[in-house]
Amino acid sequence: MADSVADIRPLFQVRDLRLAFPDMTRKPLFGPAPQTEVLHGLTFDIPRGAVLGIVGGSGSGKTTLGRVLVRLLRPTSGELVFDGREIGHLDEAALRPLRRRFQMIFQDPMSSLNPRRRVGSLIAAPLQLHGFDRTSQRVDQALDHVGLPRAFRHRYPHELSGGQRQRVGIARAIAMQPEFILADEIVSGLDVSSQAQVLQLLADLVRDLGLTLAFISHDLSVIRRLCSRIMVLHLGHIVEHSDTAALFDNPQSDYTRELLDAIPLPDPDQVWR
Amino acid sequence: MVDARGMVRRRLGLRLWLSGGWLVLLALAALLAPWIAPHNPLEQDLFTSRLPPFWMAGAEPGYWLGTDSLGRDVLSRIIHGARVALIVALIAGTATMLIGATLGLIAGYYRGWADMVISRLIDIWMAFPPVLFAILLIAVLGTGLTSVIIAIVVIDWTRFARVVRAEAMAQGAMDYVASAQVAGQRRLGIMLREILPNVLPTIGVLLTLEMGIAVIVEAILSFVNLSISSDDPTWGGMIAEGRTALHRSWWVLVFPLIALFLTVLSFSQLGEGLKDRFDPVLR
Repeated sequence: MADSVADIRPLFQVRDLRLAFPDMTRKPLFGPAPQTEVLHGLTFDIPRGAVLGIVGGSGSGKTTLGRVLVRLLRPTSGELVFDGREIGHLDEAALRPLRRRFQMIFQDPMSSLNPRRRVGSLIAAPLQLHGFDRTSQRVDQALDHVGLPRAFRHRYPHELSGGQRQRVGIARAIAMQPEFILADEIVSGLDVSSQAQVLQLLADLVRDLGLTLAFISHDLSVIRRLCSRIMVLHLGHIVEHSDTAALFDNPQSDYTRELLDAIPLPDPDQVWR
Repeated sequence: MVDARGMVRRRLGLRLWLSGGWLVLLALAALLAPWIAPHNPLEQDLFTSRLPPFWMAGAEPGYWLGTDSLGRDVLSRIIHGARVALIVALIAGTATMLIGATLGLIAGYYRGWADMVISRLIDIWMAFPPVLFAILLIAVLGTGLTSVIIAIVVIDWTRFARVVRAEAMAQGAMDYVASAQVAGQRRLGIMLREILPNVLPTIGVLLTLEMGIAVIVEAILSFVNLSISSDDPTWGGMIAEGRTALHRSWWVLVFPLIALFLTVLSFSQLGEGLKDRFDPVLR
């Protein structure tokens, strides 16, 4: 009975989430800097097994929201409940044992993969921190999962292509056997054919491993292929949150319509149905 | 998925061979000084004073680089002087690195009040003229090898601290640091296991540079007779003595100067060369 309740409960419950940064440009000589709010009270759920697309232009707060979800940033106020447990205001030490369960894939693998570690060490280091056994086999499995040869564990990130690097980023995240993965603009640095391959890989992994995924992008056409639900952010507000099909067929806000109009079409006279 | 990226190999450059070669030669000379030096460096003989180097008229066989005004063999004194130079380079250079890089790493990664304190300290330190500061320190500590080393460390730690701090700050903004945090790595662990390896090549280059500078500082202090006791031959001391008789016996000044120049140059070139050769990241 308890299990079924836990299964129905959304993985993430976000309630009136706010985040403010001190604005150093307006800091007086003495005293604290004034606060600038960048997330204005966001409320939404991410159900288990969902693939949520988070879209918005630059400055919309989508990356900031993502970094709050994986607790790289601490929200100023509001609730951030992960699997029934409030994590928004836990300190780093209390958070550490939970961290395995929500992982992140970064935008630029050249920056997010330590250039002085080989691929094997990049994937194994987080596993060792969380006391996994048989880390070497787990590294091999993770490389298998993302379609990289096992011999790549001996390579440095700069010895890989862009698409291969991003696969290492994905392998590192899934090796931790997380329940939730945040993917922040992970294909925006890749060429179109690598983009398609990485997106397909991600879709397969989400299905096979039963992951919950939040996928941040500025590009609706990328999100459309992958995500079951889409949340549109604009200037730190949620302007639309609906099923992918509903959003494309019948956008509710002007801002969403603008984003849809920005998608380049093969035929300029064609319109989105 | 086979490509050429994994197969790039770089050779040891000429620069590395030359600078490394000179330093190895110098290290051997310093270690084996009593056995390879042709004469006792302290032995005075007024009958053989101011002998010119071997290719000039009036040179005596066995005194390859000539003798000074007291008849001491210049080559033997240079070989023995290498001992002081290398001891100072190694010990003072390493100690300066350890202190400066640690403070710089802490300031650059932890930021906050630690950075405030360390940065202000650096600013204050840099306002002192270094040579005067060194002379002042020696005056307080007394002369001797230990004092020279302490003076170099106390003065020069800021060189490491400044550069390492800036580098650690830049590295701290990289996503691999955020990624280590998502993985559950502690702050100290991130600093030592993620950031430090990326700052290490810079520290290495600075270390060799600092070793060269330590040799120069020791020479400067010897020159003003504030280094170790004047009985032991040092390059700075030889330059100081040679200066007084430059018009009659230039070789007494020029040969230790060349040794000093080559050594300092070799240290800095060695650092750059090693970085080029062994840095796994092609940039």
